[in-house]
Amino acid sequence: MITLDNEQDAFADEIKTRSGINFSACLHCQSCANGCPFLEGMDYAPNAVLRLIQLGLEETALKCSTIWICVGCNTCSSYCPMAIDISAVMDELRHKAIEKGIKIAEPDVLNFHNEVLNTVKKYGRTHKLEIMMRYKLKKMDLFSDMGVGLKMLKKRKLDLTPSKVQDEKAIEKIFKGK
Amino acid sequence: MKKRLKKSSKANENSRQSDRLRFSFFPGCSLKASGHENTLSLLKFCDSVNIELKELEDWNCCGSSSAHSVDRDVAEKLPMRNISLAPKGIPLMIACPSCLIRIKSMYLKIKGDETLKQEYEDLWGKPFDEDLEIIHFFEILNRVRIDDYIDRPKEKLKKLKVAPYYGCMLSMPPDLRFEKSYYGIMEKTLATLGADLISFGYGSRCCGTYLSVAKPQIAQKVVNEIISRAMEAGAECMVTACSMCHLNLEIRCSLENPIPILHFSELLSMALGAEDQKKWFPRHIVDPVPLLKKRGLLIS
Ligand code: SF4
Ligand code: SF4
Repeated sequence: MITLDNEQDAFADEIKTRSGINFSACLHCQSCANGCPFLEGMDYAPNAVLRLIQLGLEETALKCSTIWICVGCNTCSSYCPMAIDISAVMDELRHKAIEKGIKIAEPDVLNFHNEVLNTVKKYGRTHKLEIMMRYKLKKMDLFSDMGVGLKMLKKRKLDLTPSKVQDEKAIEKIFKGK
Repeated sequence: MKKRLKKSSKANENSRQSDRLRFSFFPGCSLKASGHENTLSLLKFCDSVNIELKELEDWNCCGSSSAHSVDRDVAEKLPMRNISLAPKGIPLMIACPSCLIRIKSMYLKIKGDETLKQEYEDLWGKPFDEDLEIIHFFEILNRVRIDDYIDRPKEKLKKLKVAPYYGCMLSMPPDLRFEKSYYGIMEKTLATLGADLISFGYGSRCCGTYLSVAKPQIAQKVVNEIISRAMEAGAECMVTACSMCHLNLEIRCSLENPIPILHFSELLSMALGAEDQKKWFPRHIVDPVPLLKKRGLLIS
């Protein structure tokens, strides 16, 4: 085990406290990396991200693409011999990157999450058509992937009107101050 | 059950009422919208095995991966409200694996944390239900014997070659790792109904969820890999446990002549004699009708 100086420990401690996950237990056996379906789209393997935190490489960890490509499918944690909740650590790194205004490695993914939450805030439920339209508008890219959108419309997989929660006050309460 | 029904319909209607299992039902956004055919066939199936489902009144989105990714507070409160809406004394059944994880994780978290419990009660103005049972749709298959509801179950699916696809539903986060596993439920049930099960190595490979929108190339690669492995193994169709997986497998596949993807609930309902497939199948991108006709599972 590599011992770290205090400065390096501060970041690891913070992520540990905020996520409630003890990733120091990681053996770097790489079962998580071997199991992750999206490894190819990532710049660091999932366990390598844990290592970045352990080494106190805060900026690298918050700037990496892995934290945005990870979809939280839990494949890694179910393979992990130490039962480390890797996707919860990724959540925490994303929150921290947003808070610190770090340059986001995969802005499309964040843009998508924000559009999803926008519709949930408005209707209490997601509205796929609106998510897709606004996502595409923001990306200034209305026409790529049109075929898929049209196919979905034709097969009525995109409802034109949103399904809504009646108790609007409750939803306001959930999104208070946001 | 069918046999009994023939005897005295009145007496049996009464016994059917009293044996009826009741669940409250959380459909979630995916089933409600793009996976509407999943909901229709699921309701139909439940009714045919004498289960009454009552949609959770005024339910909201569970927050899905998006709330988790960007806002912890919202990610906690969205499932909390759904928990607060669940009627007492009947299990809450959730058909979407990812909504289930979100809602159940939150439920267990509140249960083990007095401060959170207080916060819950302050927010929603009602006591936290310590005994609420939250189950996945698959649990129903542990609680009813479907062969009691049909004659000659083995003849129903006519050796249709099916590859069961669970997606990430079998992968639990560590806080839920001691929950019941549903691995094998689709195989067991479909075998009972006379399908020919195809095993392939990609049945629990994640479908890519929202990468399908934000990173389509990555999702396409994974989806093509999953479907081509099923085809190589000899499957004529795949069956999914989750509406979102179903959608991704359909829209992101770029293979030539891919096999159709069915919802598990569709095959179940068909085996139990449903007749409203006309409403489900036109919503599929890869039309399953020619295959089902060829196998004699659809007549007209
Ligand atoms: S599987 Fe677990 S112990 Fe192994 S490298 Fe990944 S996080 Fe570390
Ligand atoms: S949770 Fe993230 S890191 Fe783990 S297997 Fe899934 S995508 Fe990969």
